[in-house]
Amino acid sequence: MNAPVREISYSQAIQEAMAIAMEADERVILMGEDIGVYGGAFQVTGDLVDRFGSDRVMDTPISELGGAGVAVGAAVTGLRPIFEFQFSDFAALAMEQIVNQAAKMRYMLGGAVSVPLVMRFPAGSGTGAAAQHSQSLEAWLGHVPGLKVIQPATPHDVKGMLLAAVADPDPVMIFEHKLLYKMKGPVPEGHYTVPLDKAEVRREGRDVSIVATSIMVHKALEAAEVLAGEGISAEVIDLRSIRPIDRETVIASVMKTSRLICVYEGVKTLGVGAEISAMIAESEAFDYLDAPILRLGGSETPIPYNPELEKAAVPQVPDIIDAARGLARGVR
Amino acid sequence: MSGRAQAMQVEGETSNLPFIYRQYEREQLLDALRKMHLIRRFEEGAEECYMRGLIHGTMHLSIGQEASAMGICMPLVNEDQITSTHRGHGHCIAKGAEVKRMFAEFFGKTTGYCAGRGGSMHIADVSTGNLGANGIVGGGLPIAVGAALTAKRLRTGKVVVCFFGDGANNEGAFHEALNMAAIWKLPVIFVCENNGYGMSTSTARSTAVANVADRAAAYSMPGVIVDGNVLSEVAEASHEAVERARRGDGPTLIECKTYRYRGHSKSDRNRYRTKDEIDDWMTNRDPIKRYEAQLIEFGIATSDELEAIRGSVQQEIDAGIEFAKASPMPSIDGLADNVYTLEA
Repeated sequence: MNAPVREISYSQAIQEAMAIAMEADERVILMGEDIGVYGGAFQVTGDLVDRFGSDRVMDTPISELGGAGVAVGAAVTGLRPIFEFQFSDFAALAMEQIVNQAAKMRYMLGGAVSVPLVMRFPAGSGTGAAAQHSQSLEAWLGHVPGLKVIQPATPHDVKGMLLAAVADPDPVMIFEHKLLYKMKGPVPEGHYTVPLDKAEVRREGRDVSIVATSIMVHKALEAAEVLAGEGISAEVIDLRSIRPIDRETVIASVMKTSRLICVYEGVKTLGVGAEISAMIAESEAFDYLDAPILRLGGSETPIPYNPELEKAAVPQVPDIIDAARGLARGVR
Repeated sequence: MSGRAQAMQVEGETSNLPFIYRQYEREQLLDALRKMHLIRRFEEGAEECYMRGLIHGTMHLSIGQEASAMGICMPLVNEDQITSTHRGHGHCIAKGAEVKRMFAEFFGKTTGYCAGRGGSMHIADVSTGNLGANGIVGGGLPIAVGAALTAKRLRTGKVVVCFFGDGANNEGAFHEALNMAAIWKLPVIFVCENNGYGMSTSTARSTAVANVADRAAAYSMPGVIVDGNVLSEVAEASHEAVERARRGDGPTLIECKTYRYRGHSKSDRNRYRTKDEIDDWMTNRDPIKRYEAQLIEFGIATSDELEAIRGSVQQEIDAGIEFAKASPMPSIDGLADNVYTLEA
């Protein structure tokens, strides 16, 4: 018996997931800046405050460090907070609580506690908000054992992964690309979950594997369509989680196609692409490679304000097409 | 209270006695003394083990601050929770932890409170409400507020005590935490153990207000200053703050003025304070000596009884160290245990 499926937006899917979680469990609370009557900077919480009241949809003061810490303390002692950062950039103000406390508390205490905490980070460029409101910082948190770090790319996945995150006993960090909020897609009604540790093959192909995260999945799919017209068959993998990384899916794909391009919006150096590349270099897939691995990542700059510069600072569809063409022809 | 009244030698003077002698039974008063000795001897024992190479890493000793830890915890029940600091051994013992499992943790053994993963700086005993010491100055402040939010939201009736040092009062986390606790009227008690120095930097050099408690005004909560080396003064302030929190009237900031006899940690050369200053505190204001003198003065215990308490504490310490020595080391295979709750 399948639940009815509708087309709703990514942000509606998040809101629906939060409402379902709150309906099912009174320990689930939302915390964040202006998430109450304002509805959140991106209107993700919307009118949830009317439904659940301001005790459960809590506006915090503009205190990211303190707010994050309150969420950690609440999680350790019995609540299931979902904490919204207004912009992922503001996580920089709260790194102490995320990295030193939430991620390590269970380990430091020898397993005596769990930290069932969900944090949501509106991330990425493309809104003209410039350098302090446009970053993709997921790799920072992906570097920290104890955290789970996911980047759902579709309305279906963000709902199912958020519900999985709320049920998870450990801290789960969800990076939501802001340009995805309005994207619509098929989403089942009611409760379902999507695993937090599995990549998804979005398009099967023979010639090149494109491993992408978040909004880059959609750009990769667009590129794959163009490439198909040229006779290049690209396989597109939506990584979905960067901690943990689904090794099996990526390795199997590269062993099939013998070529790999990593596409991600975070700064190229020391990012997700470096990790995927190294993982392949260390794996049984290395012998199968017919070409060097390519990384398409964000430029080595802050995100600029000017819209043309802003676009140039992150990988675009033509960049992916060019990279795939080059690899398929054996040139770089 | 009635028990105490009977122990009084001079009829009619009960009401003039300091708070704890009116509030607690003799047995509780002696148990408080026992725990203060236990804290001091635990730390002396740990220091000795460190010197002998049995414990590695570092540790931050609270010797001299025992009345603060104990006095604050006297009005608490087991279910109440605390967050603690890097100088947290006293809090842990005062809240009810067993010294043998603390020693075991310091020795890095599986029987330790953190299975050998935390050590001195992360000592915790969740079963007695201690959510953990913290290696980050100010790290526990927002966490305590979160624990208090849980207590209020789930109506558990618990109160949360947040211990921190004078150093933490200049961290942003302090200000953010106090503000949120106040706007949401949460059942939390902020306890600043002001020992005069954040590592080497004196409060006079680091802090713009004369007293940390003065900062309570900025967050519309009571700010109470007590002599942190007088058990009764500390316990009285704690009692009032706990009652206020349980009534739903919100947080309190208590500042215990105290002093640490030892250096900040094992690397400290003590170049920022004088020997005279240290001697003065040790000789004239020692919290245990002062408490023992009162117990005798008020006829609650004889010097023989106090001696017996010290003897039994020493036995517990010796047994605790033996327990730690005899306990097994964790297996290397378990390195990645408890990074996550559900192992992959």
